[in-house]
Amino acid sequence: MSVMKEGTYFMDGNTACAEGAIAAGCSFFAGYPITPASEILERIAQRFPELHGSYLQMEDELASIAAILGASWAGRKAMTATSGPGFSLMMENYGLGLMTETPCVIVNVMRGGPSTGLPTKVAQGDVNQTRWGTHGDVGVVVYAPSSPQEMFDMTIQAFNTAEKYRLPVILLSDEMVAHMTEKVEIPSKEDMVIMDRKKPRVPPSEFMPYCPDEDLVPPMANAGEGYSVHVTGLTHDEQGHPSVDERTQNMLVTRLIDKIRKNADDILDYDEYKIEDADMIIVAYGSVYRSAVEAVDMARDKGYKVGLLRPKTIWPFPEDRIYDLARKGTDAFLVAEINFGQIVFEVERCTAGACRTYLAPKMGGSIHTPEEIFDRIVAIDKGEIPPFKE
Amino acid sequence: MSIRKSRDWFSPDYMAQKPGIEATYGLHPLDEYLRKDRIPHIWCPGCGLGVILNAYLRALKDSEIAPEDTAVVSGIGCSGRAAGYVDVDSFHVTHGRAIPFATGLKVGNRDLITTVFSGDGDLFAIGGNHFIHAARRNVDFNVICVNNFNYGMTGGQAGPTTPSEAKTSTTPWGGFEQPFNLPAVAAGAGAVYVARWTTYHVEQLIKSLTEALKKKGFCFIEVLSPCPTGYGRKVGLKTGKKTMQHYKENSEIKNGADPSEVALDPDDPETSIIVGKFVDREAPTFQDVRGKIFGEARKELEVE
Repeated sequence: MSVMKEGTYFMDGNTACAEGAIAAGCSFFAGYPITPASEILERIAQRFPELHGSYLQMEDELASIAAILGASWAGRKAMTATSGPGFSLMMENYGLGLMTETPCVIVNVMRGGPSTGLPTKVAQGDVNQTRWGTHGDVGVVVYAPSSPQEMFDMTIQAFNTAEKYRLPVILLSDEMVAHMTEKVEIPSKEDMVIMDRKKPRVPPSEFMPYCPDEDLVPPMANAGEGYSVHVTGLTHDEQGHPSVDERTQNMLVTRLIDKIRKNADDILDYDEYKIEDADMIIVAYGSVYRSAVEAVDMARDKGYKVGLLRPKTIWPFPEDRIYDLARKGTDAFLVAEINFGQIVFEVERCTAGACRTYLAPKMGGSIHTPEEIFDRIVAIDKGEIPPFKE
Repeated sequence: MSIRKSRDWFSPDYMAQKPGIEATYGLHPLDEYLRKDRIPHIWCPGCGLGVILNAYLRALKDSEIAPEDTAVVSGIGCSGRAAGYVDVDSFHVTHGRAIPFATGLKVGNRDLITTVFSGDGDLFAIGGNHFIHAARRNVDFNVICVNNFNYGMTGGQAGPTTPSEAKTSTTPWGGFEQPFNLPAVAAGAGAVYVARWTTYHVEQLIKSLTEALKKKGFCFIEVLSPCPTGYGRKVGLKTGKKTMQHYKENSEIKNGADPSEVALDPDDPETSIIVGKFVDREAPTFQDVRGKIFGEARKELEVE
């Protein structure tokens, strides 16, 4: 008994996420109950006995993420799941995970904020927190699923990226996607790509735990394998030893950022829809993507040349693609997101002034309807709305 | 005239120039457990951390535990640097989070003999909640709390164990909070082994650590430790030696004492410092209970 059998299932997003984790080889989960992510912990608790997995319900989210980092160093594939308030608490050890290059997956099912906000309703207010929430300079990878199917697929993808590039990867879901029940196709085991961390290729006496290969990723020795690795959140040299040396700090942080930047072509993922001749391009991700597809069809029916660009990885962001589109005839970008403007700043930056950028913000705890986005398209076309300005 | 500092004297460069040192004097008995290239350590003269680390390594050796079978997890602070000196898988994590990290490590690999080595501020202020929950869960690892009554590394600020009315850099007029009685906290939260020693009680400390390394479950050992730089100089214990003398003269061994009755006030020489092994009981560990429950679940699910 292990991964769910190949087939078609009717499943909610959180369940699909838990099953995706199991399919990816996750055998350790630590979490703290929080709406709207609790079903992931519940599903794992139900499933782990038969899988001989380990799960812990921790005392808070600080402990949850600390535990999965520890488990990852014990050689496990580990995951935690939370929502905004818990995610804020995790920022501390998210930084430790990035600094110590610890593979794991953090699921954030976004709900309305700020603070306790709207626990049971959807929002996309944590997008920039995933990029800039922890202190210091970091390179991050964040996936944004739009359906229960993608909760399954992208959880596997998140584990693969975490293992391949040695970092905590974030699955940035939202309440709508997590609680939606839909068709989920589970592929056969043979059709799933599952990746594992690189292991040392030299004996312990020669092993440099933070000496990277050409892909800028160092092989990882787990605890108990005889490599006596020292792991610290302090700036460290290739041996893993703490250092306050300027050159060491420069080398380490540059590599942590380049590890993502220089491998962005491999990690980056986005979809395009009816974009070839589009004058206006909608940018939407997560649950809003679903409304945006319909809004594009509605607009096309009325003769507006509208397309859609949908980042599947929010970070790294498809910046070169947006820059190219902005320079090659696109009049405007319209960003639809359930917040007061977060990814719109990225889009505006990437267009580099070559075209206008508009925002369709949303408050109140629901997703944009297709009509709302369509109305925005019409209003922009008529010049009734000014470009985005904070 | 150039003055040679002790740091230069023992620097790796110096050692490299003098390969004869090891040949002449041989290895230190505990060298197999130390990252020799990281020595000298950063701890101040008179600090008790060297004594405690030495005792821990002696206990490992006495227990015949191979370096590759053990792991050390530390938080932040002077004590947190211990992880950097031991030549085993060692983790120097975020402030206060050594215990939940160790929980993941131990549950992730039950064969690793895991010890959390950290300070009073790390374990009981910012990490206090994790401590009581790990004790309650009875996960099988040991916690060594080096209690020096203050935040030494950051300059001698008051912490959760600082005696009331003691003057520190954040209580310049005297403190006005009550300190934790750590053995009572540990015992109350469910630790199966609770002991307190001082850096004066080295042999007893080694014995306790050896027992804790063997014992299944959450074991807690508090060690009172001199901090002449951060704490001692403001309370009349200006040197490590003076503090050790203070421990010698004022300590009283009371094995089996009720943890709720061992609260201490090290500034008051009239009060004795009660040390000893207070709790040593049997209780099923987190992994014992989980194994039982999961086993029953698998029977019900009819899977292996």
